[in-house]
Amino acid sequence: MTTLEKAKKGEVAVRGLSKSFALKGQPLAVLRDLNLNIRAGESLAIVGPSGCGKTTLLRVLAGLEAPDSGEVLIDGAKVGGVGRERAIIFQEPRLLPWLNVLRNVGFGLEMRGLPRDRAEAHARRYIRLVGLAEFEEAYPRQLSGGMAQRVGIARALTVQPEILLLDEPLGALDAMTKLTMQEELARIWREEQVTLILVTHDLEEAIFLADRVLVLPKEKGAVPRLINVELPRPRDRNDTVFVAMRRQLMAEFGLH
Amino acid sequence: MTFQTIDPPLRLPALPVLSSRAGALARAGLKRFGLLGGFLLFWQVAATNGWINPTIFPPLDTIIAALWNSLTSGAYMDDIAISLQRAGLAYGAAILLGIPLGLFMGQIKPLEQALDPILQFFRQTSALALYPVFILLLGLGEASKVFVIFWATLFPILLATIGGVKEVDRKLVEMAQTFGAARLTIFRRIILPASVPAIFVGLRLSATTALLLLIAAEMIGANKGLGFQVMNAQYNFQIPQMFAAIILLALFGLAANALLVALQRRLCRWSELAR
Ligand SMILES: Nc1ncnc2c1ncn2[C@@H]1O[C@H](COP(=O)(O)OP(=O)(O)O)[C@@H](O)[C@H]1O
Ligand SMILES: [Mg+2]
Repeated sequence: MTTLEKAKKGEVAVRGLSKSFALKGQPLAVLRDLNLNIRAGESLAIVGPSGCGKTTLLRVLAGLEAPDSGEVLIDGAKVGGVGRERAIIFQEPRLLPWLNVLRNVGFGLEMRGLPRDRAEAHARRYIRLVGLAEFEEAYPRQLSGGMAQRVGIARALTVQPEILLLDEPLGALDAMTKLTMQEELARIWREEQVTLILVTHDLEEAIFLADRVLVLPKEKGAVPRLINVELPRPRDRNDTVFVAMRRQLMAEFGLH
Repeated sequence: MTFQTIDPPLRLPALPVLSSRAGALARAGLKRFGLLGGFLLFWQVAATNGWINPTIFPPLDTIIAALWNSLTSGAYMDDIAISLQRAGLAYGAAILLGIPLGLFMGQIKPLEQALDPILQFFRQTSALALYPVFILLLGLGEASKVFVIFWATLFPILLATIGGVKEVDRKLVEMAQTFGAARLTIFRRIILPASVPAIFVGLRLSATTALLLLIAAEMIGANKGLGFQVMNAQYNFQIPQMFAAIILLALFGLAANALLVALQRRLCRWSELAR
């Protein structure tokens, strides 16, 4: 980073984070004393067995859930709720069925106070970015699952977040669409220079997109692990190192 | 006369000769209105041939003639006006109170939970059963008539609106919150539009109820109105006039429903797109 470039923002620090839920009256510890530093502009994947707390962690980072103890710092400032520097992409696209694609993508900016025409002008750029220029006038019900998810991604990008939080965004897509979308996410991450925090259950997706992979354990008491993915970009799924990494990660989950 | 002439399906072989579009239209029309047409035709033939008692079921042409006469002579104009006024006032008041109250109650869970038993109780209490109470309180004039219709139409609108608000996808609300939307903005941009289809269900239900209660209210202690004319014609044994008033009421019901459907189509196009 040169001094001319604007100081890169979007650094995340997690300090002693704990979160539990009450399940049938019993407290269920989901996150225990988690510490984590995410560099600005980094791409981090969070993997782990179902129910290990991936969504919970992401929701705490998003400010949608308050931690029981510990804190999340973004660029040094403590998180106390949702914030302008973060945008979240959920597993479901969460589009408003009564608005067309253009207005759905512009919705985030409208919520941030931009007048409709300016929101739409910005929205157009991101609709093009996700390759839906011909569908501006379409309504959510007329879109396929992959297209709808791309609309959701475009909406999150319009607000130009420093940090993009994604909770299994491609989980519901078919294999073919998923591959294309992974390529798109890699491109968006590169072009928009955001900090990308991606929850996924797809280990290949994690290796394809992430600089580091956080593996959350299932058993309580076991410690989370961080794995560096030192592969050149753009990444090649058939590269021998890539394949070896995937095998190693799968072995962590007892898969072969 | 043989039965063949009034049996529509026997005419079907002629249809394939028509162009395919006109044919499809005709078939769709036949499917939708064929049975009704058959019924009306049967009425006419049965009444003119004396198969059914024509003093109670006069032939359709006499009924239509009576309808035409009463409309062109302006005999029913006052009745139509007063009936529309009663139903309109009551329905309008129910909308003005029911929708805002429903939107409010649907969002405030403790309020909704506290009031729900009362609402369910009132809903189950027939408005007609309460009409004597309203007459005692408000007299036999316009006020009690309008109020009983208002009472009956309020609950479908109120309950449908509350239901609509409660059904709003919380995930959409959360999505707006992540963009920093304020409460009022969320109400205006998410909760309100998402509730519109449910509100229309209540509006249409209430429109039917309004006409029903209108007639009932006008049959008791009224000297004007379409409901009164139905009763009055029956007392005076003017059976064609009685049916003419009944048909007028049915037409109003159909018109009100058509109007609401058209409005719903405009406002809720999104909820029908995929259907
Ligand atoms: N709002 C909640 N109330 C109670 N329990 C919850 C809530 N959210 C999550 N949990 C529980 O916390 C655990 C972790 O959930 P989650 O973070 O969704 O896991 P993951 O996303 O890794 O599958 C699960 O056992 C789940 O049942
Ligand atoms: Mg999850």
